[in-house]
Amino acid sequence: MGNDALTEEVAVSAETFHQVQKSEEFQELRKRHRSFVFPVAIAFLLWYFAYVLLAGYAHDFMSIKVFGSVNIGLLLGLAQIVTTFAITTWYVTYAGRRLDPIASKIRHEIEGPLATASKESK
Amino acid sequence: MNIHLATAASSPGNPVLNISIFGAFVAITLFIVLRASRNNKTAADYYAAGRSFTGGQNGTAIAGDYLSAASFLGIVGAIAITGYDGFMYSIGFLVAWLVALLLVAELLRNTGKYTMADVLSFRLKQRPVRIAAAITTLMVCFFYLLAQMAGAGGLVSLLLGINDKVGQSIVITIVGALMIVYVLIGGMKGTTWVQIIKACLLIAGAAVMTVWTLALHGFNLSTLLDAAVATAGNPEILNPGLKFGLNDVTKLDFISLALALVLGTAALPHVLMRFYTVPTAKEARRSVVWAIWLIGGFYVFTLVLGYGAAALIGADRILASPGGVNSAAPLLAFELGGPILLGLISAVAFATILAVVAGLTITAAASFAHDIYASVFKKGKARPEDEVKIARRTVIIIGIVAIIGGIGANGQNVAFLVALAFAVAASANLPTILYSLFWRKFSTQGAVWSMYGGLASAILLIAFSPVVSGSETSMIPGADFAIFPLSNPGLVSIPLAFFLGWLGTVLDRVPRDLDKQAEMEVRSLTGVGAEKEAVDH
Repeated sequence: MGNDALTEEVAVSAETFHQVQKSEEFQELRKRHRSFVFPVAIAFLLWYFAYVLLAGYAHDFMSIKVFGSVNIGLLLGLAQIVTTFAITTWYVTYAGRRLDPIASKIRHEIEGPLATASKESK
Repeated sequence: MNIHLATAASSPGNPVLNISIFGAFVAITLFIVLRASRNNKTAADYYAAGRSFTGGQNGTAIAGDYLSAASFLGIVGAIAITGYDGFMYSIGFLVAWLVALLLVAELLRNTGKYTMADVLSFRLKQRPVRIAAAITTLMVCFFYLLAQMAGAGGLVSLLLGINDKVGQSIVITIVGALMIVYVLIGGMKGTTWVQIIKACLLIAGAAVMTVWTLALHGFNLSTLLDAAVATAGNPEILNPGLKFGLNDVTKLDFISLALALVLGTAALPHVLMRFYTVPTAKEARRSVVWAIWLIGGFYVFTLVLGYGAAALIGADRILASPGGVNSAAPLLAFELGGPILLGLISAVAFATILAVVAGLTITAAASFAHDIYASVFKKGKARPEDEVKIARRTVIIIGIVAIIGGIGANGQNVAFLVALAFAVAASANLPTILYSLFWRKFSTQGAVWSMYGGLASAILLIAFSPVVSGSETSMIPGADFAIFPLSNPGLVSIPLAFFLGWLGTVLDRVPRDLDKQAEMEVRSLTGVGAEKEAVDH
């Protein structure tokens, strides 16, 4: 019930949140997060819609057989699955290296003084 | 193929065997639910399983929730009948997880307690935003429930050889009643365990059938595709456009569907609620990663199974069988492994429906009890015991609604119905979720406009689309008030909801709550106050 305990019973002052939000550390975390997720999200959405438009409007291109009866459409579809796996792995690596350390540092800084209070509320 | 037609019209397999396999599944899972629920005391236990699941467990449960009857029965059927165009569902359903992984899952985990509305109302005015979010949650769950129950109807008719509507309705009622029992007793913990077991069985079953199908074709995908072409008598089954390529309207419909699929997942309330069953944001991330691998692998299987059904059974026989397009996967199981495999696969598919319906029901009940009863009626003063009591009562009501809806929605393609639920979710929820997580200026008015605007436009467009009237396959075949040509509303309603959220915000003169904005941003990225381990040691 950690979530509930802190959200309701242990108030971190609004002042603290403003300070943290302005801190260089947090701004760096925010920048690292957004500079990864936004471009990657836009990129995979573009790639997905390029594929959708090809399937919708480039019937002859998608029907070209590459080997045996496997055509470009099928390969591009499977490529979508592969890129989904690849982006997932990429993000997890990035988050583990570049986001989690700062996030947990900030968290401990804020929660440090509250450790006693939250133990009581548990 | 006409020789097979006569046999396919009655139930393949042995109804008694099918029922006993299914009964065994129910007995085992019910036992586990009972054990899991022994310490369901608080609201956090009931809604969020005490936040006690690991990322791997929760990821498997998410896959269980997501690989619904739509994915298994619907997609295999769609590929078997419409070939490549059915495969598009798989791609959209899978790529959509990246939106959830990158933009939503962790931030949401860090800022909410039990429901989507917790996050959306975090820094906005509680009452209006919570009510709106609860209404959209209930509506999305309703559409999703319809799809699952429609699948149950088709499956039952195939398995038990029950072809008359009354008999099917009785079985749907039994399924609904079982689901109510699971959710009442087990809460989120019991439901999650059912999902985990079911996901393992479903993926294992699909894997066995995939390997078997490939083995029959020399482990060569190209040979399998050739066989599908030979049975179908139409090489176009391998190319896009069989279903959506007919004319300009169907092509637009295809894009509309693709948009709804890719943006819907990250806004499905029953998937979002799963992120609260894990202790930390990192576990939420791990859950999504597990889910993506399991779901992605499964969709590769469905590609083989779909073309396998097209090759070994053929579209004509599938459509002529009692369950129609949704029965491709069970028929393939029968073709491969006879009555025993059919019984096993059907029991798994049935369990799938049961488990997904349970997951949807608990989400809808939590949303009603937590967002409407506790936060709006009782203004946040409700005792947690009362909240859980209300949630349990809501489960019964939703169960009854699901049963009635399921009896009504018998026979539609399940993947298609689920796509409508995705469109409603992407229109009503996603803009507000993204704006409130990433846009500092976002306001209450923007949220309310976007949610109601998205919900209303999606539902109205469906009501005036060929889905409901105007064509032979419509729900009301006799009438024609289909003034909107597309059967999926996403292309119009999703951009509209984003626009309304923006417009409502820039026109809103009410000063923003900057304290709450700072708190939400810091919490969402760092997990302050939301990490279980931080207080548990």
